[in-house]
Amino acid sequence: MAQLTFREAVAAALDQEMARDETVVLLGEDVGSGGVFKTTAGLRDRFGPERVWDTPISEQAIAGAAMGAAAAGLRPVAEIMFSDFYATCWDQVANEIAKACYMTGGQLRMPLVIRGSNGGGLGFGAQHSQSIENWAMCVPGVKIVSPSTPDDMWGLLAASIRDPEPVLVLEHKALFGTKSEWPGGDHVVPLGEAALRRSGEDVTLVGLARTVGMCEQAAVALADEGIAADVLDLRCLVPLDAAAVLASARRTGRVVIVEENPGQLGWGAAVAAILAEEAFDDLRAPIVRVSGGNVPLPVATAMEAEVMPSPEKVVVAARGLLEGRVPAASTARV
Amino acid sequence: MPRATCVTIFGEVEAPDVTAVRAERAAPELRELYERMLRIRQFEAKVDVLYRQGRVRGPAHLGLGQEAIAVGVASVLGPGDHSLGTYRGHAHALARGAPEEAVLRELLGRVGGICGGKGGSMHITSVEHGYYGSYAIVGGHIPTAVGMAWASRIRRDGAVTACFFGDGTTNIGAFHEAVNLAAVWKLPVVFVCENNLYMEYTPIGDVIPVDRPAADRAPAYGLAPIVVDGNDVAAVRETALAAVERARRGDGPSLVEALTYRLGGHSVADGGAYRDPDEVAAARTRDPLVRLATELARSGAMTVEASDALVAQVKAEMDALAVRVLAEPTADGADAWTGMWSDGGATWRN
Repeated sequence: MAQLTFREAVAAALDQEMARDETVVLLGEDVGSGGVFKTTAGLRDRFGPERVWDTPISEQAIAGAAMGAAAAGLRPVAEIMFSDFYATCWDQVANEIAKACYMTGGQLRMPLVIRGSNGGGLGFGAQHSQSIENWAMCVPGVKIVSPSTPDDMWGLLAASIRDPEPVLVLEHKALFGTKSEWPGGDHVVPLGEAALRRSGEDVTLVGLARTVGMCEQAAVALADEGIAADVLDLRCLVPLDAAAVLASARRTGRVVIVEENPGQLGWGAAVAAILAEEAFDDLRAPIVRVSGGNVPLPVATAMEAEVMPSPEKVVVAARGLLEGRVPAASTARV
Repeated sequence: MPRATCVTIFGEVEAPDVTAVRAERAAPELRELYERMLRIRQFEAKVDVLYRQGRVRGPAHLGLGQEAIAVGVASVLGPGDHSLGTYRGHAHALARGAPEEAVLRELLGRVGGICGGKGGSMHITSVEHGYYGSYAIVGGHIPTAVGMAWASRIRRDGAVTACFFGDGTTNIGAFHEAVNLAAVWKLPVVFVCENNLYMEYTPIGDVIPVDRPAADRAPAYGLAPIVVDGNDVAAVRETALAAVERARRGDGPSLVEALTYRLGGHSVADGGAYRDPDEVAAARTRDPLVRLATELARSGAMTVEASDALVAQVKAEMDALAVRVLAEPTADGADAWTGMWSDGGATWRN
């Protein structure tokens, strides 16, 4: 069976969708030459410059052009090279794209994807490492997808391109080199369905993108201690498969939410609020979040690790819940 | 096109000479443009009154005095062409054919508003008429217009996109990114800067280091500096026609600076007290409707009596429209939970 890397999965999904739908067009900085992460490698050679467009360093023009092309009936896929750069085109994303359908009474449709690298752990520093899923989650009107495996990267990106709504696809840059077995063939994974990666009755570990792997590693370590964990991969924040989270939480009664974005207002807070409001009576312990630190991301290895979630932190949190202690919450740290 | 010196509110400027074209074009055509401008003028005059009566939800930014630009440009666009405008966008929507009734319903929060009650004055949209929206973040829509033109280039559908914005917009980053990209990709888009002399309450001259906010910057994008008297509908029409034809030929974008004057304040809440009364009085003598009516009377195309009667008739129509719409039911609060997604729903989770 073939091996597929996460970065190859991005190109494979784009290739698959561009071949099946000629309205799918790509634009972004350096996408023609394959991009800095090689996620669009080979696409201009296969589909030509009329389908793969290199842009200036102009994120507002990139996101806005995607919006206009979508309004005109194409299915553009725009690359924002590092998700930190969303800040430079947030008007287009948050004020224009997210609101166009609603504020025009449904006259404008936005079948577009904005995709690119997200997340830290590689020492890229404060302006190239952020996990911005919480930025997006503050804005009703966009879908948010962040895959954890190469096959999900392929299938969820394909589904995002086919989706009639604007979808932000956040590709964790620390996952680009990860591999999985790949049987070949077309692949689509529906949006809004969480995946139960591992089953256990003692505690639920909820992750997204890179933190799913952390949860899985933690679950292995916890199993050695006799603690069985559910590992739930959300895959999408919007639409959120809240039912899957609630079902698991009701079964285990204990939940650790593992998110890379800063805990002071991360997506984990929204998930925790849903649990508190709708599953309170089934919880046997407080909800705990293992979150990214509430500081700009530092570069030095030990410093970045200090403020990132990790399997070890997840183990400590889960063990604490099982022992009847409330672990220190990430939001309480300086 | 030959050029001539024309007198605008800015003084004398070099602009396309439309004397020959004006003579060629049949008087009925100018009369039709006059009627379109008049309907927009009377619609907005009515909105002004309704706002002062507290009946309009939110702000309203009127384009009184600027009608010749929206009408002149729209007159050279076909049904397949796109246009986008700003929060001062009633004229841009109406000039493309958006129905007055549905626009007024939107402003008054009635059932059947053109944006379903969700957009209001600043977001009037009529895709059915090729008008892809009014946008209230200054400059935010220019990249969108470029994207529509990009789609036309990819599909080779021959459509042109016109994008209206104000003088103040030329100072925002999105303007630069979008015009640059359109020029680099040679996209079929016509950028129309409505220079009404004021960036909200501030004279535009105080915030630009050049004389003309758009035209003086055009060469930076490899584009010709084009200035037109925006209060002369025939001149706007001919200038827009040349730009649209250039775009359709595949020769790329144009950046047109149309000189005009906002007869009212920035919004209906603004009396415009920061302006010299003499300047406003001078601008009123260059009101595009007054000028065209005078020209039509001089040429015998429409007598002063006929023109007065037309004004009275349209005014009465707008009065009647307002009475009718005010009597209609207000929009239902439950509709707020619809239409965020294209399937009509608004849920984010299961």
